[in-house]
Amino acid sequence: MQSQPDTRVTQPPLKTRSQYLFGWYSCTWSTALMVALPVLSIFYLAFFPTENIWPHLVETVLPVYITTTLELMLGVGVLSVAIGVCGAWLVTMCRFPGRKIFEWALLLPFAVPAYVIAYVYTDLLEYSGPLQIMLRELFGWQTARDYWFPDIRTLGGAILMLALVLYPYVYLLARASFLEQSTTIQDASRTLGCTPFQSFYRVSLPIARPAIAVGLSLVSMETINDFGTVDYFAVKSMSAGIYDTWLNMSNLGGAAQIASLMMVFVIILISLERIGRARQRQFHSADRFKKLTGYQLSGWRAWGATTLCALPVICGFIIPVWVLGRYALRNLDQLWTEDFLTHASHSFILSSCAAILTIVIALLLAYSKRLHKKRSLKLAAQFSSLGYAMPGAVLAIGVIIPLAAFDNLLNDITEQLFDTSVGLLLSGTAFAVVFAYVVRFLAVSVGSVESSLNKVTESMDMASRSLGYTPLETLFRVHLPLIKGGILTAALVVFVDCMKELPATLILRPFNYDTLATYVYQFASDEMLEACSLAALLIVLVGIIPVILLSRTISATRSS
Amino acid sequence: MYKTAKRLAAIALPAALAFTSFTAQAADEVNIYSYRQQFLIQPMLDAFTAETGIKTNVVFAKKGLIQRLKHEGKHSPADIILTSDIGPLYDVVNEGLTQPVESAVLDKNIPAQFQDPSKHWYGLTSRARIIYASKDRVKPGEITTYEDLADPKWQGRICSRSGKHTYTLSLIGSMIAHHGEAETQKWLEGLKANLARKPQGNDRAQVKAVKEGVCDLALGNTYYFGKMLTNDKNPEQKEWAMSVNLLFPNQDDRGAHMNISGAALTKYAPHKEAAIKLMEFLSKEQAQTMYAKANYEFPVRPNTPRAELINEYMGEFKEDQINLQEVAELRATAARLVDKVGFDN
Repeated sequence: MQSQPDTRVTQPPLKTRSQYLFGWYSCTWSTALMVALPVLSIFYLAFFPTENIWPHLVETVLPVYITTTLELMLGVGVLSVAIGVCGAWLVTMCRFPGRKIFEWALLLPFAVPAYVIAYVYTDLLEYSGPLQIMLRELFGWQTARDYWFPDIRTLGGAILMLALVLYPYVYLLARASFLEQSTTIQDASRTLGCTPFQSFYRVSLPIARPAIAVGLSLVSMETINDFGTVDYFAVKSMSAGIYDTWLNMSNLGGAAQIASLMMVFVIILISLERIGRARQRQFHSADRFKKLTGYQLSGWRAWGATTLCALPVICGFIIPVWVLGRYALRNLDQLWTEDFLTHASHSFILSSCAAILTIVIALLLAYSKRLHKKRSLKLAAQFSSLGYAMPGAVLAIGVIIPLAAFDNLLNDITEQLFDTSVGLLLSGTAFAVVFAYVVRFLAVSVGSVESSLNKVTESMDMASRSLGYTPLETLFRVHLPLIKGGILTAALVVFVDCMKELPATLILRPFNYDTLATYVYQFASDEMLEACSLAALLIVLVGIIPVILLSRTISATRSS
Repeated sequence: MYKTAKRLAAIALPAALAFTSFTAQAADEVNIYSYRQQFLIQPMLDAFTAETGIKTNVVFAKKGLIQRLKHEGKHSPADIILTSDIGPLYDVVNEGLTQPVESAVLDKNIPAQFQDPSKHWYGLTSRARIIYASKDRVKPGEITTYEDLADPKWQGRICSRSGKHTYTLSLIGSMIAHHGEAETQKWLEGLKANLARKPQGNDRAQVKAVKEGVCDLALGNTYYFGKMLTNDKNPEQKEWAMSVNLLFPNQDDRGAHMNISGAALTKYAPHKEAAIKLMEFLSKEQAQTMYAKANYEFPVRPNTPRAELINEYMGEFKEDQINLQEVAELRATAARLVDKVGFDN
């Protein structure tokens, strides 16, 4: 970042505009490029397939992959928005029993990894699971042929599982947006004759649309890149095709082509949404700190709201934790080892580092875009967010390529100069893992930081600058305090996402290095849920601590 | 805020440096990239360390390690690749990332069908892919070959793992090796038509489905039987295992399809000597017996006893003698057949 002496005291010669621009430009673009390197590596790989995979794919399974992926995205998207927006609106704008608890409890399912919830529900709902056993005893059925029971290992099951753990993205962002909305607008809509619902539908919802859209695009990208859950449920989405081409047909180039195409698809999706709200722009300066009064619900409405909020929490959090807890307690003596503390600390350190780094980079990207409304800077921000839509294992390969190239170059140089090699400096270290996290989850923080920053009116910048602050000082002293909530939200999401991240961690980690997620996977991949229940429970528990802490801080941004 | 930022930087910088710490390049260690879960191989590795004093370091992942090795190039710390199937072994050799190992010990302990003709890979344990048949609903002798699985009399009575799983692909590859592609496609179509449900779950899940009456026949690897039968953490798996008979297919002709877990030495192994020592150790009596006892795999070493439980339920059987190199070469073709037939749809 550019250093700028204190202009108010010494009055050094002012920098020219082009000098300014150059600093921000180079800084922003070099950061964006670095983060985009893994994705570029995959694009590069796409030029070297071992053979042309497309005729075979088009002729056989591609139509299935495409329709399945679209159905999956549509299903998860609709369900997540429904749960997320409803929940956010209810806890922010209404008063009903348990509201205070649901404020943070609705975030809890977020701490549950998708692959874990898939294992848990299969365990619970399958033929030999407790539910069906109970039903059989109750009705005297003998075999699976005596009755019909919904099969969890289907497209519908996968949609439900993914939506249950992904809706918190929408919830978080929608809630932050509702909290940031000025009460005056709503008051105005009500005085103009809107019912509470109309006021929600015609005023609050459109204002929150950018935030909801960001949440939805995060959900879609998570859905597209998921492999663990869909594979377990035997649902053939695009990522199944990628892995099949790579591993079974030994055609990494072909797999990179499919991945790149998927990426293009995601870019189109996001730009469509952006075009859709291109001319919308709103700021709220006044009244943000006026306490929300909210609608007091009573009677069936109140209990209805409670039920509506409780349902996703129970299905997405309480039931999985209960099942895991039962297993863990049953085998506690065999499961607990000293190693757990090490695994947990690895998870914690990696995730925190990644969360801090992504926030810093997201701020840089979003703020320089705000400072200089140049297309190219906007592009830089979008460009660096691409990693999110890539399946984790493919992204890991993309991370390996530039890091290993750097390491090998370094060794070539030291061998030339000092006749000695230093070994691999970055590949196979925790740095590689953190780098992968940043690449993967930058989209999350950029989206969140940007949408918060966009709500700060530009007259703030102008006032601050004309009062003598540099752009950097303006960022630290004006913007950061204003968008604290958005930043914390982003940090929280990235942290929890990193705790759960699996495929890239597996491939990139150092020797003898386990995180909670990799430890769980060792056993879960063998369908030995009982053996990893404790570790899975720990991921969830470590994940909910920041969820609760930060949720409180976010609420505090409004009520203080 | 400035101060906070500076303080943050002061913390972050040393932390970042600590991250890039080198892997210790001590002489007495072996670095392993493993496609097998660490908990499966750790007992053998511990025994190796106890005997030789050589430390072992492991990274486990089910995909991507070959690419990691490839791009790390000649400075890669990895000495050995361990796999749970012939597939990745074949791939890593094909990518030119390995070197041949000349070892009298390995030659003596590992039969020809389980090693690379050019010495790049060695099998360490073997397993057969067999038919698990319901004790109640399938009469002895009713099915005897893989080919029989396509017989229409089994319509709606067979369960299978995904056609794209590496174990299934190897089996299909061996069918292609024996019958050619066209006939295998017909067989696969027949098998697909007989499936009771869309292919899903792992090998255990198939046996469980037999227990639950979803289907009568299932394909699975032999060691899963031992693991289910002795699973104390999840005792209901014992019932699954007790509900099936083990049928070794094609005993009157070529024998049951075999697969291996195996090892290969990387091209630039920094601890070559120690690595070969480890490979040899894994092929010797002690490690082979441990493999057999802990994982219920078959030792590749001739005359090493199998786990008692395995002997009790499986006895002697005829193994397909085809070299696995040939099977591995056909896996990509097999994967295409699976797509063509729509096996997983």
